[in-house]
Amino acid sequence: MSTNKTRYQNRTEILQGTLDMLILQTLKWAPRHGYALSKAIRTNSGEILKVDTGSLYPALHRLERKGLISAEWKASDLGPRLRIYHLTNAGKRQLMSERSRWERLTAAIAGILNPVEKENVP
Amino acid sequence: MRWTFWRKRRRDEELQEEIQAHLLLAERDAMESGQAAKDAGHAARREFGNVELTKEVTRDMWGWRWAVDFLHDMRYAMRSFRQRPGFVVVALLTLALGIGATTVMFSLVSGVLLKPLPYPEPNRLVAVNGHTDGWNTKIYGEQKVAYLDFLDCQRESRSLDMAALVYNNGTLSAPGDPQYVDYYEISPELFSVVRVPLALGRAFLPEEDRIGAAPVAILGYSFWQHHFDGRTDALGASLVLEQKQYTIVGVAPAGFRLYGDEPDVYMPLGQDPAGYLHNRAAQPVHVVGRLRPDATLAQAQAEVALTGSHLAQAFADTNKGRSLQVKRLVPDVGDVGSTLWLLLGAVGLVLLIACANVASLMLARAVSRERELAMRVALGAGRGRLVRQCLTESALLSLAGGILGVMLADAGLHHFLAFWPGDLPRADEIQLDWRVLVFAIGVSLLSSILFGLAPALRAPVRNVEQVLRTSARTLSGSSRRLHSAFVISEIALAIVLLVAAGMLGRTLLHASSLDPGLDIRNLLVARMALSPASLADPARIPAAWQNVIDRARRVPGVQAVTAVDIVPMREGNNQIGYWPSADVPPKAKLPVALASSATPDFLKVMGIPLLEGRFFDDHDRMGSELVIVVDDVLAKSAFGRQEALGKSLWIPDMPCVQQNTTFVDCSSPYKIVGVVGHVRYWGLAGDDQAQVRAQFYYPFAQVAQPFLRRWSQLMSIALRTSVPPLSVVEPLRQELRGQASDQVLYQVRTMEQLAHSSLALQRFLLLLFSAFAALALLLACIGIYGVLAYLTGQRVPEIGIRMALGASPGEVMLLVLRQSLAMILLGVGIGTMFALAAGRALERLIEGMQPTSFLTFIIMIPFLVLAAILASLVPARHASKVDPMNALRQE
Repeated sequence: MSTNKTRYQNRTEILQGTLDMLILQTLKWAPRHGYALSKAIRTNSGEILKVDTGSLYPALHRLERKGLISAEWKASDLGPRLRIYHLTNAGKRQLMSERSRWERLTAAIAGILNPVEKENVP
Repeated sequence: MRWTFWRKRRRDEELQEEIQAHLLLAERDAMESGQAAKDAGHAARREFGNVELTKEVTRDMWGWRWAVDFLHDMRYAMRSFRQRPGFVVVALLTLALGIGATTVMFSLVSGVLLKPLPYPEPNRLVAVNGHTDGWNTKIYGEQKVAYLDFLDCQRESRSLDMAALVYNNGTLSAPGDPQYVDYYEISPELFSVVRVPLALGRAFLPEEDRIGAAPVAILGYSFWQHHFDGRTDALGASLVLEQKQYTIVGVAPAGFRLYGDEPDVYMPLGQDPAGYLHNRAAQPVHVVGRLRPDATLAQAQAEVALTGSHLAQAFADTNKGRSLQVKRLVPDVGDVGSTLWLLLGAVGLVLLIACANVASLMLARAVSRERELAMRVALGAGRGRLVRQCLTESALLSLAGGILGVMLADAGLHHFLAFWPGDLPRADEIQLDWRVLVFAIGVSLLSSILFGLAPALRAPVRNVEQVLRTSARTLSGSSRRLHSAFVISEIALAIVLLVAAGMLGRTLLHASSLDPGLDIRNLLVARMALSPASLADPARIPAAWQNVIDRARRVPGVQAVTAVDIVPMREGNNQIGYWPSADVPPKAKLPVALASSATPDFLKVMGIPLLEGRFFDDHDRMGSELVIVVDDVLAKSAFGRQEALGKSLWIPDMPCVQQNTTFVDCSSPYKIVGVVGHVRYWGLAGDDQAQVRAQFYYPFAQVAQPFLRRWSQLMSIALRTSVPPLSVVEPLRQELRGQASDQVLYQVRTMEQLAHSSLALQRFLLLLFSAFAALALLLACIGIYGVLAYLTGQRVPEIGIRMALGASPGEVMLLVLRQSLAMILLGVGIGTMFALAAGRALERLIEGMQPTSFLTFIIMIPFLVLAAILASLVPARHASKVDPMNALRQE
């Protein structure tokens, strides 16, 4: 593999779990095309999370192949049609389980970062 | 494939559209936030990143990447093949030859050895064998079963359906001319146990399977075709076999055979009143069985073994020490297996050499493509991808070679079979069926890995820049070593085949120069069936034989005649245990000798030298002292340095009779009245390694009456002639027809023919191995030439410098030759070691094989070295003619 390509894939991998969850969550609110999706993630995270398109499209196509999202074409005034993704039932279930896993994880990390001193409890 | 391709194109377009939409939306956003139109486009694209890479990574997510790659690789391979037609032709031919030859040999192995029996559910068929304690099955083969034991076993068994058959032969006197035929006596269940339907008519009925029932017969299919022209009115017709008239009730299925050849006639076993069938001491019956639906092999084995031990207790006088065994029924193919595997191995070596050749061709190609590959790596191709592409190329090449090879095999298979010495068992089952095709495809793919992997693994990964920067002329050390490795292995393999061919040649030379122990010139042997009328009355048999001998002697050109039951170098075998003193140990522990009965002129006819004493004469008759003549091998092994003449041997199994009973141990000693020379009974080559070499002869006149009929069925006559032996055959046939003209002479051969065919297998193997070795030598020489020409070509600039610095053409030639000599010698060294091992295997597998001798190597190796040096001379001369100026300018 060329080093270039590997770098792209590695970044996807690091973000993969999270990125998938973010995509699924964003699509739960409303079906969107790729550009709108990346914009929504950026806006909803207060411009903190910037989704790399080099990771976004592979992720979308992978999720589609797994049957977690599905796509349909919609005409637009741009010229090219827009490919609109929406969440499937399997995707909703997957989102639930990923969310609960994520919440457990963040709670655990928070527990370590902000220990509660038992003695100080009144 | 086309479908995938079409889908892929559509999805590519869709992806393009999706990304384009993304870019346009981003551009519009940028413009709305106030950027200029031109800047907005740039910004959107910058924001997006590498479009092509994104596309590629996205495409990977579709999951059918491999198919697309495969298509690419195929097209790429085809393109590159079209650029180098010469390479493709040479590689294809080499592979087609290798794979074709291997396929032919495998179809033999598959048809003869691997294919199951051609009956329904062949894996549920079993054989029931007898076994006597101490019996060496490996040497003497499986024992059969007594008919009465079979009947008991059949009645008791809950796990097996059983059937019995006895192979026999006799004279068929009507319809048509009398002839000697093979027949099966079978129990009525045989066809239902094997589960083959009759071609015509019906099987025997249970009520026909007893003495006195109406005589009925079933015809063998081939016999029906030849003698009744396949007419259905054969049913109901009658035939006369051994003077008994039978009504034909059925025709057996085509090609049906279980043991030996396809029989001509079948008759009910239970109708035969013969004494040996009703005595548990004799075991003439083959038993086949089929496991009942719910039974397992283990159950059947346990059950039959139990029955066997019951029988051993109940009939201790005959069955003591005997047991019954159940084994899976396997096709009866004799000992042809080792020959077939040997040839498959040899042909495999040729294929390996072919692979090495193609590999070195591919490697040369890979090296010259190194820069191209490095370029592709630089452009982002992965190593796995490049390896896969190289393997696709070689797979394409080998599959094409395989198809050509299968076509060659298809065309050549039947010529090859016709060329096989003697009868190849199950030859009718040999065909290019799915097994063979799967094998051919497997071999093709395997060889593609063999010759494709090394070049493929050379795909550059590291040092890409270095490869791209260096000139194409420089050759890395590793590829030179790889090239040499191919040449070395080719030479090593060629050595193995050459030495094997040399060993076979030496064996053949040695065997043809051996003294057969008798005078094979002007000696005619033929089997002789007496008139069934004479056979029916044992009292008349000796006179009938005497009459045959007297009449034969009257034929012009015949000098002497003998009747004998075993003829040297022909099938036929009667092995009997003997002991040099009266305290005879159990039978299974006795040393065994080949025993033949003969009439007095035997020695004179055969030309066997008399060493001591005398041979039989007319005074050795029934009632006179029991005498035998032994050969020098038996004399030596029984008495060592002591004089054998005048001593006695105790031979419990001899056909003598006491107190009007049959099959009682013969406890009287046999006096040795003569010692004669050893005869190579087992063939010129085979005799030295035969399990039983000791021989003795006993007078036919002293064979007891109950045995005469059986003995007479086995007898042959041998004649010494003063004219070419085949010229007396017709007059002899006429003379011996007998009063009822129902005496038949068959299997007529000259002893020279027998001696010649006893070496047929060795001769055949020598021919094949010589062909293989020649092919191997040729391929190896082509390989050496190709590799050296290539390596030298790569060294032209270096040679140019050397010559510019003052090296002479001779020195340059020496330089190249030294390089090739190093490879050749290393190959010879490795090959010699393998050849020694291969020689061991040959000695074990082939009768009469001479041990590997130094001489074989001395002759064969220089032969190969010389050929190899000749092959390297051309590139060497080429190198010496390099023009230094030109060479340096090339740099």
